[in-house]
Order: sequence, then structure tokens, then C-alpha cells
Amino acid sequence: MTQQPCRQNIVSVQDLSKSYQRGAQTVPVLENITFEICEGEFLALMGPSGSGKSTLLNILAGIDKADSGTVTVGGVDISSLSETDLAQWRAVNVGFIFQFYNLMPVLTAYENVELPLLLTGLSRRERREHVETALAVVNLQDRMDHYPSQLSGGQQQRVAIARAVVTDPTILVADEPTGDLDRVSAEDVLGLMGRLNREFGKTIIMVTHDPRAAERAHLVRHLEKGVMSDSGR
Amino acid sequence: MFMLKLIFRNAMRHKLRSSLTVVGVAIAVLAFGLLRTLVAAWYLGVESSSASRLVTRNAISLVFLLPASYQEKIRQVPGVTAVSYGNWFGGVYIDEKNFFPNFAVEPKTYLELYPEFVLTPEERKAFLVDRKGCVVGRKLSERFGWNRGDAVTLRGTIFPGDWEFVVRGVYDGSQRTTDETQFFFHWDYLNESVRKTTPRRADQVGFYILGLASPDLAAEVSLFVDGMFKNSLAETLTETERAFQMSFVSMTEAIIVAIRLVSYVVIVIIMVVAANTMAMTARERIAEYATMKTLGFGGWHVAGVVFGESLVLAMAGGCLGVALSFPAAQGIGRTLSQFVPVFRITAETIYLDLLAAFVVGAVAGVFPTWRGATINIADGLRRIA
Ligand SMILES: Nc1ncnc2c1ncn2[C@@H]1O[C@H](COP(=O)(O)OP(=O)(O)OP(=O)(O)O)[C@@H](O)[C@H]1O
Ligand SMILES: [Mg+2]
Repeated sequence: MTQQPCRQNIVSVQDLSKSYQRGAQTVPVLENITFEICEGEFLALMGPSGSGKSTLLNILAGIDKADSGTVTVGGVDISSLSETDLAQWRAVNVGFIFQFYNLMPVLTAYENVELPLLLTGLSRRERREHVETALAVVNLQDRMDHYPSQLSGGQQQRVAIARAVVTDPTILVADEPTGDLDRVSAEDVLGLMGRLNREFGKTIIMVTHDPRAAERAHLVRHLEKGVMSDSGR
Repeated sequence: MFMLKLIFRNAMRHKLRSSLTVVGVAIAVLAFGLLRTLVAAWYLGVESSSASRLVTRNAISLVFLLPASYQEKIRQVPGVTAVSYGNWFGGVYIDEKNFFPNFAVEPKTYLELYPEFVLTPEERKAFLVDRKGCVVGRKLSERFGWNRGDAVTLRGTIFPGDWEFVVRGVYDGSQRTTDETQFFFHWDYLNESVRKTTPRRADQVGFYILGLASPDLAAEVSLFVDGMFKNSLAETLTETERAFQMSFVSMTEAIIVAIRLVSYVVIVIIMVVAANTMAMTARERIAEYATMKTLGFGGWHVAGVVFGESLVLAMAGGCLGVALSFPAAQGIGRTLSQFVPVFRITAETIYLDLLAAFVVGAVAGVFPTWRGATINIADGLRRIA
């Protein structure tokens, strides 16, 4: 877990604020947050429940909008993109890993991994190659015709990871990826994410409550009451 | 391709719910198609009526009669090729339930004017020479098991007493829409009896039927005939056979309107039920739609998946409904044969059935589609927890 010097920032957040309207009341969730993430970083985002971790992650991943501030990912100011452009940008640049896997129940493991590739111009054969490679990385080649309901939680999460990396995105975002898994499966998934970071140089931003998960990361940041503390290690 | 796969697999996900929706739509479409067919059957008499035939009746009402002597005068009108006449007999066979139309007509001219009633030359001859002879439609003969040579007794209602007839011919309709449930006999037979019992009512006819040289002459001849008897004791009203038939149908107009209304109401009901089901389904899948959007799929993709599923279920129901409508129409046609001469599903009805199913699917899908297309991803993802 040696900290390398930062060559280039891949994510850069400036004065980001976000609040929710609850009735007549405005509830601030994120307040003037500024930070950077290095290319090839494995960042763990921690903090108490309701502190705004998911909200921040969603904004970085381009599925939620901030009220003010700018978010630049891979040189693109995503806070200024339109809904449609943002969708296209996500398809190319972001890989998602969710707590509850979010696989399509009616699609097989293979088809689930293939799903994001349908938005690319790849041919059927090229897609097959990519899907098989991704499934090989998560070591599930022998389960590609299984439906999610026929897989264990850990296996489902590995399929989700294969789906997240199959498009070779700029960043990987994970919201409590081990939150719904037992110890062994969680270790498995974290090991896999560590490998993706080390061997494939993937930048990973992971929200977690689990200190053991945070241990795997290079850097831990804490979010509390809408403010980011730069503590970590 | 992939989207189709997704749509079909989604549609098959809740087998019971989908089956119920499909069956519901099928029954609604079936009811819609059958009610439509019933209405069409009702109007069939109008549709199959000839444009080159006119009907002359008493201007006051059908209940009032006309002198038989008008025949000769009408025959002289230019453009008229033949004139027949008759009375609505209103006879009952054993029981009122066994209703069928029966007329006393001038046999020779009547057969001339109705070439769609096809008899063999032998039958025709046998009928014309037998004063007590009658001719019945194929359906009627099948219904009561009447064959040529059989004696049939009708109980008169307008003309009291038991009336005996001998079946001399069974006619087939030359057209698919020809009414094969009629019963007609010699007007002379009726008139001779009436002359004895109630001379006051003798030598009167209920209607004249006029054959035209060309359908174009209809208006002209009508005016001429009615003008001839203007200011006489019995003024006439002459109209095309179609208009004449229509005046019968319009007596039941309210019922027809109600049936039509019901056929649409059935569709609206299933639309609401299907919309509810689709909304429920879409609500359960919000997180999936949010996931698709997260991966970069646009609102249109999600909309296609939701809408597609709604259409697949509705169209499956529509096809099932159309398939069921054929045996159903056969069964109904058999039971209702005394009221509606022809009860058959037309191509137009099939198209309308499918259109109705499509509309059900589209309307039921609109709201969930709009929701799926416009969901906020972050909110949608939050649902899963
Ligand atoms: N759509 C919304 N409307 C109103 N308030 C919201 C909405 N989404 C989130 N919030 C509020 O914003 C705050 C931050 O939510 P967020 O989900 O980001 O927290 P979190 O740190 O991820 O919590 P957890 O660890 O429990 O997942 C919470 O107080 C939450 O109630
Ligand atoms: Mg969260």
C-alpha cells in the first residue's frame, strides 16, 4: 500500500454544494466541498449514515446534479453537460458497482455484462470477446448462462463488477459494494477491486461503512455533516 | 433485438399476472368483436337490400293498408319493370318464441323481384300452382325440420284462425348476406279467406314492391307514384327498400346505441385494469429502469421497454380474443338464428379487434412509460434499498 506521487488528477471537485428540499425546509447535504482524486487512486469514502456519501458519489458519477460548484472528470466538466450528453458520457466513462448488484433479473450473467456494450458501436463478435474477457477477470466464465437468481450474492456482485469494467471506463464508482455480502464474499469482491486497481490501473471511488473494506484503499476520506475531512492516512 | 428479448422476458416474468392480463384483454376484445358483429347483423337487412327496388306503403303508417287496385296504376309508371305486393301475415308456428318473418305475397312477381331467393325450376313451378303452397328459407327449414311436401300450420294473429300450408320450396340465398329465414305464401289464399270472414279488410295490401329499370330512377319514380295517389283516400309513401328496412331498424335504434356503448365501455374497463397492472409492474421495476439509465441508456430505451411490454401483453390478448371470436360467433349465430339471419366475424371486425387491443396496450402503457422515461436516476436507485 505504498502511496505513489500523484501524476494527474482524474477527478476534481470545486465548491460543490447540494441540498434537498424537504417540505418548506432546505436541508443541506454537501457544503462547499473541494477535493481531487488522482488517476489510479483507490479511494474509500467513509462517514456516518446520512452524511451524503451516496449523494456525492452519484454526482461524481454523473447521475445526480449538484446545486453549485464544478465537477471535472477526465478533463470533462460534467456539471455543465445536458441530460443526454451526460448519459452518453456515463456509458463511456463510468463503471458502477451497487450495494444490491442491480443486475437485470431476466438477463443471464453474459447478457448483463453485455448490456452496457449495446450502447457502443461494437459488433456482436467484438462484444462477445469483451464480455468473455470481463467474465474471465471476475472468474465467472463458467456461469455466464446463469440468471442472477441462480447465483450467490458474491457471484452476482462479481457479475456486476464485470459489467462495470467491460466498457473500460475512466472511473469505477462503488456504493457499499460489500454492504450486502458475507465476510468471505466481501473479501473476494474487495480482492477483485484491489486487482483491478493494481493490475489494470483503474481509478476506484468506493463508499463504505466497513473498516475492513476501507483498509484495502490507498486513501480514506471522511464525510461528516456535509464537510469533507482530509484525514485518512 | 436485445430490447425485444428484454421486453418478452419481462412480459413473461409474472406468469400469473401476465396470463390474467392477456385473458382479460382477450375477453374484452372478444366481447367488443361479438357486440360489433351483433350490431352489424342487425343492419344486415339494410345492407343486403337492393337499390333497384322500391317499397310503397300507406303514408300514415305501416299498420294502414292500401287498395290492391293500385297495382295496375303503379305498373304503368315509366321506369317500373315489375310490381309485387303483399301483407305482413304475422303467423305463429306453435309458440310465439318461434318467431320468423312471414308474408302473404303475389308469388310470381315476388320471385321475379327477389332473384336472390334461389329455387329450382321444379320448386318454383310447384309453388306457383299450389294455392296453399309456401316457400321457406334454408335456415328456417333446418330449424324446424321442414321438407318439401310437409304440411305446416300457422296460427294467425292479425288474421285469426289456423292456416294450413304445404312447403313447396326451400330457397337458398344467392348472397352470403341473404336472409334465409323468410316464409312466404300466396296472397290470394289469404285474401279469399278474408273476403269471407271480414270483407271490410279484403282486397287490401300492406306494401307494394317495385322493380326499377335502373337504381338512378329511384327518386323520380318515388315522387311520381306518391304524386299519383296524392289527395286520394290512401296516400302512399314510396322509398327505397334500404330506407324501408332502415325504418324498421331505427325502431330499435336505442338498443343498438346501447349495445355499441357497451362494446366501448368493455374496452375502457379493461384499459383501466391493464393500466393499473402496468403501473404496478413498472413500479416494481423502477430500480431496474434506473440501473439501465445509469449505464447510459436514454429515456427512450427505457420507454421502449416499458411500452413494448404493455403492447406485447395487450396484443397477445387481442390475438387470443380474435381466435376465440370465431367459435363464439358460430355458437351465437346458431342460438340467435331466428333474430339475426347472418352472424359472422368480418375482416373489418378483426382489424378493429386488434386496433382495440393496441389502444388498450398503448393507453395502459402511457403512464408507466412516461414514468420510466423520466425517473430521476438517484431516486430510482434509492428505491432498491
Ligand atoms: N431525494 C431526496 N430527498 C430528500 N432528501 C434526500 C434525498 N436523497 C437523500 N436525501 C437526504 O440526504 C442526506 C444524504 O443522503 P445520502 O444517501 O447521500 O447519505 P449516505 O451518506 O449515503 O447514507 P448511508 O450511509 O445511509 O447510505 C440524507 O439525510 C438523506 O435523507
Ligand atoms: Mg449511501
